[in-house]
Amino acid sequence: MGRKKYRNIMIWQLLGYRLPAAGIMSILHRVSGASLFLLLPFLIYLFGGSLSSKDSYIDTIALIKSPFVLLILAGLCWAYIHHFFAGIRHLLCDFHIGLEKTDTNKWGIIIILSSLLVTTGVIYMIGGSLL
Amino acid sequence: MVYMRESEIGSGVIAHKGLTDWLLQRITASILIVYTIVIVYEISTTELASFEGWVGIFSQVWMKVLTVLASIALIYHAWVGIREIWIDYVQPVKIRISLQIFSIGWLVGCGVWIVFIIWKI
Repeated sequence: MGRKKYRNIMIWQLLGYRLPAAGIMSILHRVSGASLFLLLPFLIYLFGGSLSSKDSYIDTIALIKSPFVLLILAGLCWAYIHHFFAGIRHLLCDFHIGLEKTDTNKWGIIIILSSLLVTTGVIYMIGGSLL
Repeated sequence: MVYMRESEIGSGVIAHKGLTDWLLQRITASILIVYTIVIVYEISTTELASFEGWVGIFSQVWMKVLTVLASIALIYHAWVGIREIWIDYVQPVKIRISLQIFSIGWLVGCGVWIVFIIWKI
């Protein structure tokens, strides 16, 4: 089945629109950047708490261990890693690397999957040494 | 509805030159890549589960300098990115300018906060 053509896509049609992998990677680049922007104060709060004294360090670790905070941090961890990889791809594009049409989708898939994989690894390693 | 050209929207308040943004977004990104690599290295060679080990990373003078530099890069990088999002999705000029001003306050606040944290270590 071929991709459906849209002339001027409406918001309720977005879910039925099959965005190519490079497009998914691109919109996730934006989504991850925006979430990091919005939750930056929370990260700085944890950063400051972990560094100001031994007591606040212990409190911060305890806070990080709560399931809700852990979930948010896992999400932000993914956001950073995805933004990092997609950003490096962007820099490579500036040097005209990976701009062929067949390449863009391949890179889209590679970046989406490797971000998820590396995120899992990072959570596993940091979780293992902290929790 | 008054038709405005892109160059007129928000002009005088938060006007920008595309090429400068493009270049600075890449320079700040490169600084953040370097900082990320340094942090990953430091974390992988430190005992994270002890307060002393964790503080030890950030109490070195070169690390403080690098952290403040990376924070400035981050703040600027986030500003260029978030401004692009407002321009793409928020058409009413007054709302967009308000969101942009809010974003500047939000980011400058974050930057000052990071400097305070580093200062007190």
